[in-house]
Amino acid sequence: MASGGRDHFDEMCGRGEGVRVPYRRYQHWLDSEDPTRLKRKAGEAERFFRRLGITFNVYGDEEATERLIPFDVVPRIISAREWARLSRGIEQRVRAINAFLHDIYHRQEILRAGRIPVELIAQNDTFLPQMIGLAPPGHVYTHIVGIDLVRTGENEFYVLEDNARTPSGVSYMLENRETMLNMFPELFATVPVQPVSTYPRDLRRSLAACAPSDRAATGTPTIAVLTPGIHNSAYYEHAFLADQMGAELVEGHDLRVVDGHVAMRTTRGYQPIDVIYRRVDDDFLDPLNFNPQSVLGVPGIFDVYRAGNITIANAPGTGIADDKAIYSYMPEIVEFYTGEKALLKNVPTWRCSEKDALSYVLDHLDELVVKEVHGSGGYGMLVGPAASRREIASFRKKLMARPGNYIAQPTLSLSTVPILTRAGLAPRHVDLRPFVLVSPNGISITPGGLTRVALKKGSLVVNSSQGGGTKDTWVLDE
Amino acid sequence: MLGKTAGGIFWMFRYLERSENTARLVDAGFRIALTRSEAAEKEWESVIATAGVRDLYLRRHEAYQGATVVDFLLRDRSNPSSVLSIISAARDNARLVRTALTREVWEAVNECWMTLSEALSRPVRERDLPECLATIRQQSALVRGALHGTMLRNDIYDFARIGTFLERADNTARILDVKYYVLLPSLSLVGSSLDNVQWETILRSVSAHQAYRWVTKGDTNPRGIAHFLILDRRLPRSLAFCYAKICNNLGYLETDYGLRLPAHTMADACYQSIGNRSIDDIFDEGLHEFITAFIAENQALGAQIERDFRFYE
Repeated sequence: MASGGRDHFDEMCGRGEGVRVPYRRYQHWLDSEDPTRLKRKAGEAERFFRRLGITFNVYGDEEATERLIPFDVVPRIISAREWARLSRGIEQRVRAINAFLHDIYHRQEILRAGRIPVELIAQNDTFLPQMIGLAPPGHVYTHIVGIDLVRTGENEFYVLEDNARTPSGVSYMLENRETMLNMFPELFATVPVQPVSTYPRDLRRSLAACAPSDRAATGTPTIAVLTPGIHNSAYYEHAFLADQMGAELVEGHDLRVVDGHVAMRTTRGYQPIDVIYRRVDDDFLDPLNFNPQSVLGVPGIFDVYRAGNITIANAPGTGIADDKAIYSYMPEIVEFYTGEKALLKNVPTWRCSEKDALSYVLDHLDELVVKEVHGSGGYGMLVGPAASRREIASFRKKLMARPGNYIAQPTLSLSTVPILTRAGLAPRHVDLRPFVLVSPNGISITPGGLTRVALKKGSLVVNSSQGGGTKDTWVLDE
Repeated sequence: MLGKTAGGIFWMFRYLERSENTARLVDAGFRIALTRSEAAEKEWESVIATAGVRDLYLRRHEAYQGATVVDFLLRDRSNPSSVLSIISAARDNARLVRTALTREVWEAVNECWMTLSEALSRPVRERDLPECLATIRQQSALVRGALHGTMLRNDIYDFARIGTFLERADNTARILDVKYYVLLPSLSLVGSSLDNVQWETILRSVSAHQAYRWVTKGDTNPRGIAHFLILDRRLPRSLAFCYAKICNNLGYLETDYGLRLPAHTMADACYQSIGNRSIDDIFDEGLHEFITAFIAENQALGAQIERDFRFYE
C-alpha cells in the first residue's frame, strides 16, 4: 500500500536528513555491532518467547493453535521531551473520558448542552442502562486505558482509538523489555531508558486504591484477575498480570456471591474478594443481569456491584467511551469536561450516518480507511489505497446497506521505524499504545507502551491477527 | 489458594509422574521382548494391562505387537494416558495454575511439552526407543528438580507432592496387581530362568533393580521383591514410602489450615494397614486381595482429597 519513497516520516532517520537525536546513541552501538550476531540474537528471541510460553491462541485453528507474535529487535525510541508532551495529552484525554462516563450515566449534561447527539447514546449497544445513577467505588470508570497513537511527522501525533474497555498488550510491553535486557544488556548501560517494570506494582496499587471504601482503608484488599480461561487468546497476559501483581487468577466458576460479597472458592472455603480486574466483556459478566447464556461470569455479581461491595475494573458500560462514533466527538468531549482544547489530535472522521459525509465517503473510497463502528482487531475494514476495485465495489454495497455502522478516515501517512530483515534494516509502519492507570490518587502513565509494527513492506495494518509484530518501546530519561 | 489451583497442581504432578512411569513400563517390556521373543506378546499384554488401558487398546488393535503397543502408549492421541496426551494435559494444568508456579517450574514443564511433542511427532523407531524413553524420564526429572529447587514449601507444594505420591503408589500397585502371580510360591519354579526374567522386569518397572541388589546382596526371591516394593520405606517407589510422604504432606496441610480433614484420617489408616503388616502376613492373607484392596483405597483417597480441598464446585 502507498508508502514508497520518503513521503512518510521515519522515526530513526526523519525524512532522509540523517539519524534523529533520540536514535544517535543506539546508532552508535549499531555501527559497532556485527550484523550476523544481531540476526542470531533475533533467532534467540523467538526461542525465549516460546520457552516462556508467550503465545496467543488462534481461534478456529485445530492444530498449531499457539502462535508467537513476532518480535523485532530494533527498539522504537522516544525522547523525554516528546514523551512529556504526549503524556500531557494522554492525561487530559483520560481525565475527560472518565468525566464523560460519569456524566453519561448520571446527569447527561453533555447531551443537554447539545454537544453530542442524544441518539448516539440512546441507540448505542455499548451504552449500559444498568449503570445509570450508579457510582463506581472511587468514582473511577476506566482503571486501565490504552490510547492508540500514530505519528505522521516530527511533531504530529494523532489518537487513532481509545481502548477504554479491556486494553490488552501490556504483557508484551513488559516481556519485550525483559527480552531486550537479556539479549543486549550493554545497550542499557549506554542508552538511558526509563524502566517499565514498575507497571505491575503500579497496577496493583492503583486497583487497591479503588477498592470499596471499607476495604481500601485496611490497605490490603484482595484482588483477582477474571479470565475467560486458558483457551482465550490473551490468557498468557491474564496469568502474567495476576502473577506479577500477586493477585488470584480466577474464572467465573471459581466465584460465587456469598452473603452479599463476591467470593472465591479456595481450599479452605469461600473467601471474599474486593477488586476484580476482569478480562471478560460486559455482556458475559453476569448471566442474571446481562447475557443469560454466559458461563464466563458470576451470577449476581452486578447486584453486589450495585450495593458497592465489589470494584469491577474497568467498570461495566465503559464501552460507550471507545465506540468509534463517539470517538469522532472526542475533541468536543475533552473541551466540554476540561475547559481546554484537546492537546492530542483526533484523526478527521466522517460519520457515515450523516448524509453529506456518506456521499463524500462514497466518492473517495479509494483514498479512505473505512471502519466498522464497533469493530476491532483490524477486521471488517477497508483500506482504500490498498484495495482492489472489486474489494471497493463490494465494500460500497455493505456501506450503503448500513451507513450508520461505519466511519471513514483519511489514510494517514504513518511513521516508520526500522526492523531487522534478512537484508538488513528496513522501515516499517508502526503505532503506539501507551498504558494508563486511573485511581482516586491520580493518573499514571508508564513511560513506554506497546509498539506494533506492520511487518509487511508498505502495509499499514499493525494488528497481530493480520501479520503485525511488536517492538520494545524506549522512552529516554533526559 | 483457589480450590481449582490445588486441583490443577495435584493433577499436573500426577500426569508428570504417570508419563515417567509409562516410560519405565515400556522400557521393561522392551527389554523382555528383545531377550525373549517367545514371551514378548504376553509381556506387552501385561504392560497394557498395567497401564490400565486394556479395553481401549483392544477396541483399536487385535494383537499385542511391540511397535503397536509402544505407539499406543507413547503417541496415540486417542489414548488419554499416552505420554503425548498426558504431557499436553500436564502443561494445560500448568497453564491453568501458572500463577502458583515459579518461572523455573513453568519453563521446565513448557520445555518438557515442547521437547516431547517434537520427540513424539513421528513413530519412534525401535533403535531410537531407549533414547526416547530416557528423554521422557529426564524431562519429568527436570520439572521435579525445578519444583524442589525453587518452590516455596507451602500448601501449593503439598498438593504437588500428594499428587506425585498418590499416582506413584497407584502405579507400583498396578504392577504388582498384574504380576502378582509371578511372585506366588505355588507357581514359581524356584530358580527357573523365566521367573528370574519376570522378577527382574518387576524391579525394572519401578527402577528398583539396582537398589534391590544393593539391599539384598544378590539374593533374588519373590517374597523379598514383594517386601521391597510394598514395605521397604527406603525405596522411593514402595507403597510404604509413598504413603509416608502423603501422610506427611497432609499433616503439613493440617498444621497450615488448623483443621484435620477426613482425607488425612483415611491416609493414616491406609498407611497403618501397610506398616502394621509383615510380608508373611500379606502372603497369608493373599497378595492379590491385599493389592486389590490397596488400589481401591488409594483411589478413594484421591476422591476424598478432591472433596476436602474443593477442587471442583
